[in-house]
Amino acid sequence: MELLSGGEMIARALEDEGVEYIFGYPGGAVLHIYDALFKDCKVPHVLVRHEQAATHAADGYARATGKPGVVLVTSGPGATNAITGIATAYMDSIPMVVLSGQVQSHLIGEDAFQETDMVGISRPIVKHSFMVKRAQDIPSTIKKAFYIASTGRPGPVVIDIPKDVTRPDEVFEYHYPQSVKMRSYSPAQRGHTGQIKKAARLLLSARRPVIYAGGGVVQGDGSELLTRLARELDFPVTNTLMGLGAYPATDRRFLGMLGMHGFYEANMAMHHSDVILAVGARFDDRVTNTVSKFCPSAKIIHIDVDPASISKTVAADIPIVGPVCAVLEEMLNQLQQLRERDSSLPDEAALQRWWKQIDEWRAQHGLWTGTRYTQGEHIMPQQVIESLYRVTGGDAYVTSDVGQHQMFAAQYYRFDKPRRWINSGGLGTMGFGLPAAMGVKLAFPDMDVACVTGEGSIQMNIQELSTCTQYNTPVKIINLRNNYLGMVKQWQDMQYEGRYAMSTYEDSLPDFVKLVEAYGHVGMQVRKLEELDATMERAFAMKDKLVFLDIFVDPMEHVYPMHVAPNGSMKDMWLSKNERT
Amino acid sequence: MRRIISMLMENEPGALSRVVGLFSQRGYNIETLNVAATDDPTLSRLTLTTVGDDKQIEQITKHLNKLVDVVKLVDLTEGAHIERDLMLIKVRAQGALRDEVKRTTDIFRGQIVDVGPNVYTIQLTGTSDKLDSFVAAMSEVDILEVVRSGVAGISRGEKILSL
Ligand SMILES: Cc1ncc(C[n+]2csc(CCOP(=O)(O)OP(=O)(O)O)c2C)c(N)n1
Repeated sequence: MELLSGGEMIARALEDEGVEYIFGYPGGAVLHIYDALFKDCKVPHVLVRHEQAATHAADGYARATGKPGVVLVTSGPGATNAITGIATAYMDSIPMVVLSGQVQSHLIGEDAFQETDMVGISRPIVKHSFMVKRAQDIPSTIKKAFYIASTGRPGPVVIDIPKDVTRPDEVFEYHYPQSVKMRSYSPAQRGHTGQIKKAARLLLSARRPVIYAGGGVVQGDGSELLTRLARELDFPVTNTLMGLGAYPATDRRFLGMLGMHGFYEANMAMHHSDVILAVGARFDDRVTNTVSKFCPSAKIIHIDVDPASISKTVAADIPIVGPVCAVLEEMLNQLQQLRERDSSLPDEAALQRWWKQIDEWRAQHGLWTGTRYTQGEHIMPQQVIESLYRVTGGDAYVTSDVGQHQMFAAQYYRFDKPRRWINSGGLGTMGFGLPAAMGVKLAFPDMDVACVTGEGSIQMNIQELSTCTQYNTPVKIINLRNNYLGMVKQWQDMQYEGRYAMSTYEDSLPDFVKLVEAYGHVGMQVRKLEELDATMERAFAMKDKLVFLDIFVDPMEHVYPMHVAPNGSMKDMWLSKNERT
Repeated sequence: MRRIISMLMENEPGALSRVVGLFSQRGYNIETLNVAATDDPTLSRLTLTTVGDDKQIEQITKHLNKLVDVVKLVDLTEGAHIERDLMLIKVRAQGALRDEVKRTTDIFRGQIVDVGPNVYTIQLTGTSDKLDSFVAAMSEVDILEVVRSGVAGISRGEKILSL
């Protein structure tokens, strides 16, 4: 057996785990590890410009590939800088392993230089964490961390490693375990057959059904089965912000996104439904609006791998705990058996009436059945996303930041495939988009990767333009330039009589074209609608260049529909500045 | 409703802080908390009491079960169980009150475990209610110090919480 130091074991274990990239930033507490990576490690390391970006890049990589993202940061400020990204991954259940350096064991608790209690600080935002006390424990701890991060409901796992544990002058036998078993951790492998049968019966008796699919379907790779189920039953499907792509957007059964900025037809269908099949979704407050008024006549079937998600906010009539694929597969079997016995199910006539109603809603206010914005002198933000969709053939990876641009992207880019739409839904982290796009582009260098952003968000991690230069990650940055913190302004318009407290930058914005040029990239400005498509095409044609498109859009536009709050139900929406349901 | 939740967890550093942190993070209350190693040194037994409606208790137990360090968990209040709280209480015992304190202690089947010229230290075990009643019965007496272990509990009969 080989003898390795703690630092070398980390390098080797990451290789043995099949890690493709490490995103990180060095510092005192991790120098032994970095030296080991430098000397002998096949896993490439991406040096970011801020540890938050390392976590978002690893996160973007994980969302696009389904494999855990890996982060390496130093103790103290390195660790605390990573916190926002860890919380972002936690809220969206993204698999991630974060290795953080720690001061030497004998200094812990003494307020040593760059000491911070990383296990303590990260506790509420991790799935689990470890503090490694002995070098011999490194291989098994890393194995456990990857196992925990990527199974059950995925999430970030922190491994805190005191510097002395990685010292080069002490070596130990290295053996990387093939598998792990933990008596205290055993995620559900399949759903309860009886419950699934009950659910199948309820689905077949439905007259106004809706399938409400969330990020769990994307993360659990359940899109194909979900699509089969919806098609076999001819049921309408709506996806959450996190679930976009779980069901193909261009299929006629797709109702669009639901929730606060969801489609009229999706929110109306939910409100009037009699049976809701919720899959890998968590009845988030941005979906339900006022919980007590949520879907008054619906019976709810809730499939989730995490029992704590079920009946947390909205009570489920038929809870099913299990991985999405195993449950859907069994449900498809049950449905088939039931229909073989009784071919009159489901009630086709009732479904026809339901579809007729849905098509009416769609025709009235659907975002894809007519132009719902009013063209003024400016380019409309929606038109930018439509252009992006056309130019990329609907096949790009789209990351986004947080704000109006995020909602426009979610509404107007029609995602037909899972893992293509990459955004911070749960935590809503501005600054996520660019580093996430880097991670995606590294995973899929031949694919188009676009980051839809705003001037506010992009400046939260704009330093990563330098990382993009170093590692040649030619992503396309689509800046919906409205010269405001647009989403904040929208709320101030609607709830604070247009008092724009701290939502303008006055004249302080940089010249983005010059700025990106300074980093060695290409910048383009678009002010006229006639130039939009052509410029977009030109940008995407520059395959090996990062292009920043600074697109001036209508600064006064709002995102609609928008749920009426407080006290509104799913069906209470603003449809424009002066029209509500 | 008051519930007694008892669990086996890995005897690892940080395990307790995850349990306690969960309660503050999600806005639940811990009324009492008792934790110690078991006959198996790799496992600790933690018993806590909390108050909540059925929905809250369901969420609490689900979230506790999700903690990687928690191996097994039971809500003792769902079945017949035995619960014990231990109290050490130091009271001023002078003059006529010395007899009075002794008598009350006997009635509650407590023991005087330390005697000083002016103070008694009494040990009492029982349900939390019993200990509360004892404190109430001591209303005439000058209570100097109260220490309670928090509730420890176990199911009645054959039912066991083990691996
Ligand atoms: C880190 C962080 N800080 C603050 C917020 C609150 N917030 C939500 S949207 C928004 C404005 C975003 O502005 P911009 O990036 O320009 O996008 P726009 O809404 O104009 O499209 C703010 C400040 C947030 N989501 N994240």
